[in-house]
Amino acid sequence: MNHNFQKDIAGCGLTGIISRKKRRLDGSLIKNSLCLMRDRGNGLGAGYAAYGIYPDFEDFYAFHVMYDDRTSRMEMEEHLKDSYDVEKIEEIPTFPVKSIVISPLLVRYFVKPKKGRLVGGISEDDFVVKTVMKVNSEIEGAYVFSSGKNMGVFKGVGNPKEIAEFYRIEEYEGYIWTGHTRFPTNTPGWWGGAHPFTLLDWSIVHNGEISSYGINKRYLEMYGYKLTLLTDTEVAAYLLDLLVRKHGLDIKTACTALAAPFWKDVDRMEDGRREVLTALRLTYASALLNGPFSLLFGHSKGLVGINDRIKLRPLVAATKDDLVYMASEESAIREICSAPDSVWAPRAGEPVVVEVSEE
Amino acid sequence: MYEIDAKGMYYRKLNELVRKAVGDGEKEILLKNVNGQYYIGDGIREKVKIIIEGVPGNDLAAFMDGPTIIVKDNAQDNIGNTMNSGKVVVHGHAGDVLGYGMRGGKLHVLGDVGYRVGIHMKGLKKQIPVIISGGTAGDFLGEYMAGGILILLGLDEKSDRPLVGDYIGTGMHGGSIFIRGDVDKTRCGAEVGVMEPDDKDMKTIRECLKEFCEDFALDLEEIMKKPFKKLVPVSARPYGNLYAY
Repeated sequence: MNHNFQKDIAGCGLTGIISRKKRRLDGSLIKNSLCLMRDRGNGLGAGYAAYGIYPDFEDFYAFHVMYDDRTSRMEMEEHLKDSYDVEKIEEIPTFPVKSIVISPLLVRYFVKPKKGRLVGGISEDDFVVKTVMKVNSEIEGAYVFSSGKNMGVFKGVGNPKEIAEFYRIEEYEGYIWTGHTRFPTNTPGWWGGAHPFTLLDWSIVHNGEISSYGINKRYLEMYGYKLTLLTDTEVAAYLLDLLVRKHGLDIKTACTALAAPFWKDVDRMEDGRREVLTALRLTYASALLNGPFSLLFGHSKGLVGINDRIKLRPLVAATKDDLVYMASEESAIREICSAPDSVWAPRAGEPVVVEVSEE
Repeated sequence: MYEIDAKGMYYRKLNELVRKAVGDGEKEILLKNVNGQYYIGDGIREKVKIIIEGVPGNDLAAFMDGPTIIVKDNAQDNIGNTMNSGKVVVHGHAGDVLGYGMRGGKLHVLGDVGYRVGIHMKGLKKQIPVIISGGTAGDFLGEYMAGGILILLGLDEKSDRPLVGDYIGTGMHGGSIFIRGDVDKTRCGAEVGVMEPDDKDMKTIRECLKEFCEDFALDLEEIMKKPFKKLVPVSARPYGNLYAY
């Protein structure tokens, strides 16, 4: 028979779980789900985001920082101690993995902006955003890859299993998890380029290509964001921060701005809604994400999944009791939830918005 | 019946075992605990029956030429790519891009199907590929369709999903789509005509659905009670002049 074809199966894979009751789940679930889709990546990037993992430090911003060398660490820590009260510094616990030969120096910091540094009424969140942008663009060889409270991202160059073992993912317990395996197509596979991409408590995993990257980047730069990580997905994290946190849009409206209905569909809407959608599209023309994508974004209160407007990338969702799952392939969900209550493929451009119940 | 327990098995190993069983002359193969393994049934040219328990991975039944695959659960994307003959029966729902360039054989899905179903289905000589979904479909149903038959039933009256999405038959230049329910002309490609099926069409629909109903133990007469719309290309070569200027 003629079956000796060998093929690299391209695609990126993503997966996410949320407990609406904020039950904390250990990292083995997300790892097993992601590892099922190992062929969607090629070992040039994998990562995990977890929410609720630092309850002992929940009032502190948790900075996860990767350093190329000790000099960049010294420079970063000098800057940090100058502007922040530092509660704790530690190297991120890792486990030696044979195939991961080179890794950056990985350090985490639990910090709070010094009161005296919050001049001119700047909020703590804004101060942290400024710090992240400054470090990532100005301190050579230092990258803040996670900066939210009571959450953290763990990512690098490797496949999902290796990265999970390296960061000892199974030892963390979170109420929201996302995971990503990468098949880089347009940009380098480097530690900072692995997903999730983050800012404050936003974290994004993405399959596809954001072909509007240039427009989105220039738009974000006008608001002081600096795009330094060489990968299109970075814009999605900062756009959410701008639209939701800074401009006060609710999540659904922000999603409608990012994956806006086509003009022909806007024209068909009833009066009122048509005007609102027209205004939204015009206001946020430069925030529109074009090109093929499925993406998941986590934040401290929920998990959202969304596709591009003509569904050029896969996304499946499922529920089981208080848990909601979303992934590139149904099998990645079934691997960790054999009998879901419901399974469906969300329609193009229609976000699946899941929020944790208020305590 | 020959059984393979696929639990935790890598797709290459599983497909090797399936091909070996087929090569050894097995006629009925049961795959248990399948979850996400790609390429099941691809390129197999024997008239075997493969029963799958669990969710098979992408690219099921690609280039398949003869087998019958029964999926007892849901299935994923890209089923029946360039399939030549045989049949795939899915008892749950299925994903996007089903029957890409399909040129023969049958794909029966009881539940919903995703986007770009029947994209560039074509048929070959006297072969007429058939895709039937008992549920709803996403956008781009029958995109670039060149031949074959696509039938969409919308059997679940309680479903909150629209029967069919946007851009139906965009670029269609052959074959027929039959939809059980109303079709909004503005959701169809410019080259698509929406019309009432004639007696010959109804006979074709009945023939196709007879086997579909047998596969899923459904009542054919009940299904036939509701009227269908027929969608066909109204221009043979809509882009014939595209490069002529």
